[in-house]
Amino acid sequence: MRVYLTAVRLSLRRYLAYRSSAAAGTFTNTVFGCIRAFVLMALWKQKPEIGGWDLADAVTYAFLTQGLLAPMGVFMTSTELGPRIRTGDVAVDLYRPVDFQTWWLSLDLGRALGGGLLRTVPPVLFGVLLFPVRLPLNPLRWAEFAVCCALGYLIGFGLRYLASLATFWTMDERGMNSILVALGMFCSGLIIPLSVVPGALGTVLLHTPWAGIMQMPINVLLGTQSGGFGYALAFGAFWAVLLLAAGRMLTDVARHKVVVQGG
Amino acid sequence: MADTNTEPDDRPLWGPAAYLLLVRIWMRAASQYRVSLLLTTIAQLFTTCLDLIAILVIYSHVRTIAGFTLPETLYLYGTTRLAFAVSDALASGVENLATMIRLGNFDLVLIRPVSSLAQVLADQFTPKRFGKLAAPILTLGWAIDALPLHWTAARAAVAIGTVVCGFVLYCALWVLTGCISFIAVDAQEVANSFTYGSENATEYPLSIFGRPLGLALTFVLPVAFVTWQPSLYVLGHADPFGLPEFLRFASPAAAAVLCGLAALAWRTCIRHYRSTGS
Repeated sequence: MRVYLTAVRLSLRRYLAYRSSAAAGTFTNTVFGCIRAFVLMALWKQKPEIGGWDLADAVTYAFLTQGLLAPMGVFMTSTELGPRIRTGDVAVDLYRPVDFQTWWLSLDLGRALGGGLLRTVPPVLFGVLLFPVRLPLNPLRWAEFAVCCALGYLIGFGLRYLASLATFWTMDERGMNSILVALGMFCSGLIIPLSVVPGALGTVLLHTPWAGIMQMPINVLLGTQSGGFGYALAFGAFWAVLLLAAGRMLTDVARHKVVVQGG
Repeated sequence: MADTNTEPDDRPLWGPAAYLLLVRIWMRAASQYRVSLLLTTIAQLFTTCLDLIAILVIYSHVRTIAGFTLPETLYLYGTTRLAFAVSDALASGVENLATMIRLGNFDLVLIRPVSSLAQVLADQFTPKRFGKLAAPILTLGWAIDALPLHWTAARAAVAIGTVVCGFVLYCALWVLTGCISFIAVDAQEVANSFTYGSENATEYPLSIFGRPLGLALTFVLPVAFVTWQPSLYVLGHADPFGLPEFLRFASPAAAAVLCGLAALAWRTCIRHYRSTGS
């Protein structure tokens, strides 16, 4: 267990070393938060309530998604495992006397914590200062939000880990990654809140694992999740366990079947 | 024709010719990973559709946004995205500049007897970027068909000019924002705010951003000239900000000014470039 905690700590420290890079990313998150907020405000000005949200909820959502983007790794192509499989460096990782999946989870968790520390608060704070953002004061809500975010993070990692493993067979992670990022951008509700999407498409989108990454934690925070915290918790746990288990099984298959490429 | 060394004298290659040559080389490199290329092209195609879906979702709730109907907004989306997609295909090699500088590879760029800008623009060129063209072209076709407009010669000319000037404006933006990498090598993501940010902002009626920001996007960062100003003329809309009529036709001037600034910035940065030495 200690080795994983050390991996988390060192990975976090590495992330924190690139502070100006994180600042640049935060700037961009904030700009995009503003763009999304203006678009949603234009919509909500014409129709004051959509899917149980008022204008303040929608604007809050725009900035929260931008704040969560970096820790959740929505834009991240994969884990750092993908390129290592392509170059063959993964052979070293397979030698390590640690559990392969947990090792990569620890490294990615360090990165996510760093992202959460440096990149989550500034866009939301900017929104609070200059836009009609409304955050709840109830500490219980925030605790529930934190639990849902943790599950959402595990879902995101599970998906990215699976995509990285696919490199063992495709030999080049970039194709798979770009599909995953494109899917994730939309299905996680980054471009438009999933609760706004009408009809069958909206129903489907609310049940994919991506819905648990940002949309559901934010729903819980805003108090608009149908079925409440209990449903979000069950949903998040279901997908997190399923994806991590799938990742574990695929890791075993890869270990036994695959020839490592590279020099 | 595999060998590229056909110049008998030692005059440096003309910039655009060097650019095309490099593009060909990078395209051949990219086509080595066929499955990956196919998947990334599909992903690019899909990514440009996402904002289109978002616009359709928004219009499933309301009939107009800031006084613009669905075909009108799709016209803005189509022209913006088409101009951006072409500029992205041809000039987004600039995005690799930060990595080049950090790894010291930019030193190699400078010692080659070829225009440094041509090398940087062509860097990592990949045909996958053409995947971004499909959605805007189809959308624009549909929007033009659905718009209740009488297409005069002047309208058509301004519409074509919109895409051409938009393309030039975006190329200038790529180069200008690329210069950020010279000043702060790990601030690359700031550039995204201006390139992808303006791509995202100009596909909606500019008036949704309110007057102060709308004016800033016209006169400070002149992305209003990418599609908003000329499209007000094409779509026959009055300017919600009440700006003078001649600005509808000012896109070429804006493009020329921004190109001049980009060229100046690039030269200044090259002149003051210091290797990271790592």
